[in-house]
Amino acid sequence: MRYLYVTVALAFFWVVLSGHFAPLLLGFGALSVSLVLIVVRRMDRADRQPGELVPQLGLVGYIAWLLKLVIESNIDLARRIWNPALPIEPVWTRLDTHVVSPQAKTLYANSITLTPGTLTTQVHEDHFMIHALSAEGIEELRHGEMERRIARLDL
Amino acid sequence: MSELLDWLSFVLLLAGSVLCITGGVGLLRMPDFFARVHAAGLTETLAAPLLLSGLMLRMDWSLDLLKIVLILVFILATNPTASHSMARAALHGGCRPLLGNRRPSPGENASSKT
Repeated sequence: MRYLYVTVALAFFWVVLSGHFAPLLLGFGALSVSLVLIVVRRMDRADRQPGELVPQLGLVGYIAWLLKLVIESNIDLARRIWNPALPIEPVWTRLDTHVVSPQAKTLYANSITLTPGTLTTQVHEDHFMIHALSAEGIEELRHGEMERRIARLDL
Repeated sequence: MSELLDWLSFVLLLAGSVLCITGGVGLLRMPDFFARVHAAGLTETLAAPLLLSGLMLRMDWSLDLLKIVLILVFILATNPTASHSMARAALHGGCRPLLGNRRPSPGENASSKT
């Protein structure tokens, strides 16, 4: 099933990027897709925990919420940059995490980094190390709304 | 209708450009490496999407439009990975963040060499 997803996604990607439907070029596409599939299979065998990202509706809602958050923190950071006093107070601290699955953790760490003002520097078993430009950024993460939303997704 | 789209794309392009400049200014003003990564994130997380959507509004329906959407998706998906690996590499190389409250960095020796 997983390989079916990968095949469809790769074929779609090839067609969008090439835009040509001549048999020769489609043939090249089929060749590339099968090459990538072979590599993916070998990589799955190497790391023994093939990740599966099932497309789901909740993910769309989460991304919309994340985009809103990204825009807000962008504006906040832009304000700080143009402020002559440069009101930043960098902190580097530990953030305890409760999500367990590798997929949820990846999404969480990436979401934190994607929002300007907070940056995941290290990922450990039960906590992340976060660098933030202001204490408020860390406080907001400690509130855990982002983590609750990720936990609600079935990852 | 096309007049409206024109203006909308104008606004988006302008906002994107302003944010790009803001990111550049931030890069210059920030005190240390880790803070600069945040400033660079500004241009990737919001400025690039604004510029790209501004361009999209000016295009006809075609494959190129879809390509821009894909560029957008890849920028948003790869930016955190790049930022994270830069920060990790800096930590690995012995660079410690400059902290505003002057407390020693957790877990490491207090002497910061930035």
